[in-house]
Formats: sequence, structure tokens, C-alpha cells
Amino acid sequence: MQLNSGVPAGAIENRWDDHRFDMKLVNPSNKRKFKVIVVGTGLAGASAAATLAELGYKVDAFTFHDSPRRAHSIAAQGGINAAKNYQNDGDSIYRLFYDTVKGGDFRSRESNVYRLAQVSVDIIDQCTAQGVPFARDYGGLLANRSFGGAQVSRTFYARGQTGQQLLLGAYQALAAQISTGKVTLHNRVEMLDLVVKDGRAVGIITRDLLTGEIESHAAHAVVLATGGYSNVYYLSTNAMACNVTAAWRAHRKGAAFANPCFTQIHPTCIPASDEFQSKLTLMSESLRNDGRIWVPKKAGDDRKAADIPEDERDYYLERRYPAFGNLVPRDVASRAAKLEVDAGKGVGPLHNGVYLDFAHAIARDGRDAVVERYSNLFEMYERITGEDPEKMPMRIYPAPHYTMGGLWVDYNLQTTIPGLFALGEANFSDHGANRLGASALMQGLADGYFVIPYTLGNYLAGYLGTDPVSTDDPVFTEARSHVDAQTERFLSIRGSRSVDWFHRELGKIMLDKCGMSRSAEGLNQALAEIPALREEFWSDVRVLGGSQGFNQALERAGRVADFFELAELMCIDALNRNESCGGHFREEYAMEDGEAKRDDEHYQYVAAWEYTGDTAQPQLHKEPLDFDYVHPATRSYK
Amino acid sequence: MKLTLKVWRQAGPQDKGQFETHQLDDISDEMSFLEMLDVLNERLNQQGVEEIAFDHDCREGICGTCSLMINGQPHGPQRGTATCQLHMRKFNDGDTIVIEPWRAKAFPIIRDLVVNRSAFDRIIEAGGYITAPTGSPQDANEILVPKEAADAAMDAAACIGCGACVAACPNGAAQLFTSAKLGHLNLLPQGQPERLKRTEAMVDVMEQYFGSCTNYGECESACPKSISIDFIAQMNRDFASSKLRNRRLQGQR
Ligand SMILES: Cc1cc2nc3c(=O)[nH]c(=O)nc-3n(C[C@H](O)[C@H](O)[C@H](O)COP(=O)(O)OP(=O)(O)OC[C@H]3O[C@@H](n4cnc5c(N)ncnc54)[C@H](O)[C@@H]3O)c2cc1C
Ligand code: SF4
Ligand code: FES
Repeated sequence: MQLNSGVPAGAIENRWDDHRFDMKLVNPSNKRKFKVIVVGTGLAGASAAATLAELGYKVDAFTFHDSPRRAHSIAAQGGINAAKNYQNDGDSIYRLFYDTVKGGDFRSRESNVYRLAQVSVDIIDQCTAQGVPFARDYGGLLANRSFGGAQVSRTFYARGQTGQQLLLGAYQALAAQISTGKVTLHNRVEMLDLVVKDGRAVGIITRDLLTGEIESHAAHAVVLATGGYSNVYYLSTNAMACNVTAAWRAHRKGAAFANPCFTQIHPTCIPASDEFQSKLTLMSESLRNDGRIWVPKKAGDDRKAADIPEDERDYYLERRYPAFGNLVPRDVASRAAKLEVDAGKGVGPLHNGVYLDFAHAIARDGRDAVVERYSNLFEMYERITGEDPEKMPMRIYPAPHYTMGGLWVDYNLQTTIPGLFALGEANFSDHGANRLGASALMQGLADGYFVIPYTLGNYLAGYLGTDPVSTDDPVFTEARSHVDAQTERFLSIRGSRSVDWFHRELGKIMLDKCGMSRSAEGLNQALAEIPALREEFWSDVRVLGGSQGFNQALERAGRVADFFELAELMCIDALNRNESCGGHFREEYAMEDGEAKRDDEHYQYVAAWEYTGDTAQPQLHKEPLDFDYVHPATRSYK
Repeated sequence: MKLTLKVWRQAGPQDKGQFETHQLDDISDEMSFLEMLDVLNERLNQQGVEEIAFDHDCREGICGTCSLMINGQPHGPQRGTATCQLHMRKFNDGDTIVIEPWRAKAFPIIRDLVVNRSAFDRIIEAGGYITAPTGSPQDANEILVPKEAADAAMDAAACIGCGACVAACPNGAAQLFTSAKLGHLNLLPQGQPERLKRTEAMVDVMEQYFGSCTNYGECESACPKSISIDFIAQMNRDFASSKLRNRRLQGQR
């Protein structure tokens, strides 16, 4: 396997323009001769499918959801970044580029990040024209807010529902194309395998979730926009159905998986309340602007928050990071909370949270001002916990939230399998070891609206005059029988434990050993426990019902099977990376004061793993990273 | 708490279906309604009985996937709350809870509590968008949108497409859903050129699938996002205009 990032030469500001000029074009009348499969209709997939159809390509779009509007993108709250500099506060494309490279702790590709910052401005224009109701000032101009990791106000938002509104915009653009027949939407259809012929992606195998039918679909190219894999931890802020199956099965067919251990844990989520907890709810980071984080000084202090006097409280972030205080970046805040809880100072009935206290803000600004700022969040918190944040501090704890790792892609967003492209959270491209807030929506839409429409044409131009491979070809029949065999296997085990039970157990191992902090010892333990649990899964899982018709347990079984394999790779990757950077914190690689210690000399590379047939022995390929513009420095928030 | 559940089971679209009764003993206040169903499903699995199918995904009230009729109320007793945000502390020890799927002609049952809401997508495809091909727009700040218009459009755009309005309506009408999308797009300057054409097309498709509105108003109280029934009035006004006036000229105004 060769990793060739295909980054154009020249000054960074000209690379994308030059590359667009150099790429081959497909003329409009020829575009309709090409068939493209887009799997996933979240922000990245819906924007890509709609735009490709506008250009004239014949698109088949797939989603396991009942409608594109349900994709997990819908849940993003805070906003989307763009270097518009509407606030005249010194923002620029270069500054957004700089912040993103630094925020990613120098583990991303400079050229990709620069392009992302460039097209960010077009995204806002595009979405506004579609009718996305972004927040406005009284004069009718667009409003902005600021977000973690940046000193300028560049985040555009639609109340607390930015992801929803952006997704509805993309979904509506897609609906317009569906109505013209240029896009065929396959809803409640799940991709279960990628079909490769002579080293090229030529189609996919799917299961119709309503009928159970296994189907073959051929095309000139396949685009995956299937989201992230935080649900490997079982409990995360992701929607319940988010999974890695499409990306993983592509990986098994030859697509390299990059930096799987780069995952992000969000510091402000509501802690689990019992063992039946099914997901964790994120509370916007903006709460840290006014809330003060603390724990009791004494471990095991069971008094009510109000009964703990000021001098017996430890405002540990303010103490440890006097400059940034409660506003340190996500990874720093998360690890600090874990340290306190691990030291026995956790609060709440399960001692699994820290306080986020608004009493001081209310005393300073008045109740009304604070409640107005956060009313929907306070309400959401009360709905879930039954506690009123005006009267007692919120309890929060970090939760898995986002995955920077994903399928390795080159500058054209093509994976190591020609003809297979990956967009959005499913690829590894732009965030390095840590993603800044409000940058995932930006990246998904950049990929879908503004990058793939060009780069896909460049690939397809080489196949003008060819037909898609016939679905009767042995590559399709083999892939199908493989899928059938897996289904049969699940249904025939008839073991004693549910799919969810195994998923929960896997999640516990991952959170404990490959979560907020990692150590060689823990990772080695995980690498013994995961295969053992996986073996148990394959001999003792109980999937009821049949292969025909609607069977949610069967759907989940396939997804959890893939999480098991991914989990192993994450641990292998984390063990390989003997440094701490961004969301990857290795206990052995810390400064004396406990801060992360990066090792640029040995680890300034993308770790791209090739599947070898044995999940315990993947092969590592390294893409070295060069920093010609933003020079690596230690992140300090003291 | 102890609960008695009466749950609708239906093997497939053609099956007749019936209620099944289950007793649950150890339900905690802290659980969400769907976690309570998870517990029941886990138990059914242990007994070798196929789990109850129900739709859900985000579990935080935004994706619109969850869709349960709880004691005859879409999304249950708490106003402005989707099923997935409902917690067991809203119920009492010893309660009997009846759980059914959305019941509406336009939403055929797929299995147990899962229905097919694709008719909503057909309405959007008919015109629920602003034509703006990628790459063509001008700078975003060249379109001034009065804050009031942006806020009102956002109120409408908050619809999560869950279908509770249809399930609540004795006629199975989809006026609230359709008018929410029209309200969103028709209130914005960007939405004006296609305003009447859009309204006419969406209403026509809506009527192919759904019942007609006779102003019961049940939809508004069932809506987890408290979408206002006023948007229906706006839709009706636009629909009348589209029928009465010369559409082509309107579009060019
Ligand atoms: C609670 C929360 C809040 C967030 N807030 C923000 C924010 O404020 N700002 C920000 O920038 N980012 C935010 N993020 C991150 C951001 O929302 C996601 O990274 C982004 O939306 C992912 O988009 P996507 O298109 O890549 O994937 P998704 O939206 O997850 O879409 C995946 C699509 O793939 C389909 N799919 C997957 N597998 C298959 C398969 N095998 N077969 C068929 N279809 C398949 C699904 O049906 C779906 O359509 C947030 C994330 C969370 C969890
Ligand atoms: S209008 Fe309300 S009830 Fe109807 S689909 Fe939208 S959110 Fe659901
Ligand atoms: S599960 Fe998403 S709204 Fe209820």
C-alpha cells in the first residue's frame, strides 16, 4: 500500500485554485453517463449527493434512517465556523487555518486545513441562500458568537439547533434533486459491504431493513459519508444508531484507517444515572462561560452542594489554569474532571460528576440575565435530571463525542481504494488530534458542497465510455454470499446474551482503557480483553427473529461485530503512539505538571493502518506531516 | 416503581396486531421512557421472545425518530416533550401504561410500534426547498433578513418531522407539519420567488396522502416543539393566493 497524499505544490493560498484548474473535467452531457453511489445522507452525504446531481451525475443515495433529516448531524447545537470576519475582529482565512492546525495539536495536513478555511466562507453563503435561518442582528446582518479555541467571533448559529438547520438545508436541496429523478434515495437501506474489482471500488451490497432483502448496487464510484464511531464506547453523545460498519467494511476491503485512537471527549455532559443509561446528553460548552467548576476538597464528601462552605471547595480548573480557568480546551477540561473523580471527589449519587455552578454568575448578573442566556439548556438539564440548575449546581462529566480518526483520504478525499471516497466525520482529514468546536459541521459541508464535486470528476473522467461492472459479476455474488453468511451466523448462534449486553461490556473496556487517558499497561489489558469478549460474542450472542423483515436486533449485531474489530485497532494505534497529543493522552508521556507531552521527532505522522486479515496484526503505514506555515509549539493554557 | 405495560405488537404491515401485557418491577425514576422499554426488551430477549420494535435515535428530542402514542397521547403526558425526553418520574408506582404506534392512514405500520412516515418526505420533495444550486449564491450579508423574520422562520423551522401532529389529529391531517415548512421558507426574503408555487405544490401533495383539516387544534398541543397553529393560517392564505392570482406574474414580482 502506498500513501500518496497528492497535495499540490506551490504557495498554500494557491494550492486549491491551482489544483482545481489542473483537474480533469467531465463535460455536462457526459456527466449523466456516470453513476455515483453516496452512502450516508447526513451533512456531508446530503450536500454531496445534492451537488453531484445538480452537476448532472446520476446519484444513488443510501441511508439506514427513514429519512435524510434524521442523520446524526441534526443534533449539533453550537454552530459552524467560517472566516467571514463580519465582526471586524481580525479574523481571516489564515487565522482560521492557524487555529485549526494548532487546535489539532499539529497532527493534521496543512494543505487540507487551508482549503477548509478557504471554502468555509462559501458555506455560509450557500446555506443562507437555501434559507437556513441563521441568527441575525437587528439590522438584518448575520450574528456571530465565539467558541472554544479561538479569540475571534466566527461561529454562525441558528439558536441551539445549528446542525438541525444546516441538515434541513442540505436535505431540502437533496429533496429537490430527488423530485427531478436525478437522485434515487434508498432509505432504510444499510450498506453491508463494499465491492472491489481489480483494486477499484465498483459498488456496494446492502440490506433493505424493511424486507431483509440483500441487494447489489453498481456504480462508477462510491462515496462514503457515514459519520463517526464514538459509539464504540457504547455511552456517548452520538445518536444510538451511529456506527462504523460502512467504513469498517471498506477497511476490510483495503481502505486504510487513519489515527483511530484520536477521539474527542466532551467535558460538559450529564453524567450517567444508572446502569440502564443508554446515551449521554451534551450540554453546550458555552455554559463554561458563566459556570464555575468545582468539587469538594475532601474525598467522599456527601454533603449537599449548598452545605459545603466556600473554603472546602476546590475550583480546580481556576487553580490549575489561572489564565484560562474554566475555559481551557475540551481535552484539558475533560482530563482534569477525570482526575478529580478518580480521586474520590466525584459528586452526585454515583459520585461520577463534578459541579458546574451558576450561583456566582446569578449573584453577579442577576437571575434573569443568566437564565435568559441558558434557558433552553437549564430546561433540558432539569428534564433529564429533575434538578433545577438555578437552585443547585449542575453535575457534569466528560463523554465521548467525536472521532477525529477515520478512513485515510488523500487531498482529493479518495481513500486508498481508487474510486472510493470518504467525507465528513467518516474520514480522518482535517482535525488532527483534536477538533475545535463548530468545525465538524464546517468540514462536512466543505467536503460535500465544495470539494468532492470537483475531485470526483477528476477520477471519473478516466472512465468515460465504460459501464459500471455488472451486478452478476463474481465480485458481487461473492460479496453477497459473505453478507448472507454473516446474517445466518448471527441467527444460528442462539446464545444467552443480548447484543446490547456485549456492546455495553465493550464500551466499559474502551472507556476505561482507551478513553480520556491511556497507558501501555491498560491498553495491553484491553488488547487481551477485547478479543476474549469478541469470541464470547460470536459464540454466545442471542439474536432472535429471522433474516427477513424488520429486525432491529440483527441490525445492531452487525454493527457491534464491527465495533469489536475497530476497538482492537484503536488500542493498537494508541499503544503505538508513544506520545500525548490532543485527545490522545498517554499517562507515561506527561510533563511534570501533568500536561500532555508531544513527541514531534518520532510521531509527527498520520498512522494509517492496513487490514491484513488478522485484526491483531494490522500493518502500519506512515504519512509524514510537514509544517511549513504553522510551526509546532507546545499548547499552553496556564 | 411497578408498572403494567400494554404494548401494541404487530409482526408486519399485513398482520392484524394485538396488545400484549407486561409487568415491570424495578423501574427507577431516573430512567427515560425509552430506557424503560430497553429494560423490557432485555428481559424479553432473556425469555427468548423477540424484542419490541420501536423507532428512536438521538434520544434528545431533535431527530424526530421516536414516535409513541402513550396512554392515547402522542409523545405522552408532558407538553412540548418528545417521547425520548420523557422520564419515568412523570409516572406513578402502579400505573398502567398503554403504548401504541402512531395511528394514521398515511403512516402504515411497519412492525410493532414503528411506522412509515415517508409521506412527509414526499411533501418536502414537492417544493419544501429554495432553489439555490451550490456555488451560485452571493455573499450572505447581501441578503438582509430582519431579525423578527429570522426568528419567526426559526420558530417554524424547529419542526422535527415526528408526525405527532398527524397522530393527534382525528382526521389524520398534516397541516401543522406542512405549514411549519412553508412558514419557515415563506417568511424569509430568500423564499419569496417560489412562495406561491411552493405552497400550491406542497399542499397538493399533502392532500394526496393526508386527511383534511377541520380545525380541531389537537396538533398544536401534541407537538413536541410547540409549533404554532398560526402557521396553518399563513399557509391557507398563501394557498388561496396561489389559486386566485396569476402565478407566473407573482413569481416575477
Ligand atoms: C451532540 C452533538 C453536538 C455537536 N455539535 C456540533 C457543533 O455545534 N458544531 C460542529 O461543528 N459539530 C458538532 N458536532 C459534530 C457534528 O455534528 C458531526 O461531526 C457531523 O454532523 C457529522 O456529519 P456526517 O455527515 O459526517 O455524519 P452523520 O450526520 O452522522 O451522517 C451519517 C449518515 O450515514 C448514514 N449511514 C451510516 N452508515 C450507513 C450504512 N452502513 N448504510 C447506509 N447509511 C449509513 C446514516 O444514515 C446518516 O445518513 C456535534 C456532535 C454531537 C454528537
Ligand atoms: S409540527 Fe410538531 S408534531 Fe408535527 S411533525 Fe413537526 S414537530 Fe412533529
Ligand atoms: S429519538 Fe430523536 S427525537 Fe426522540
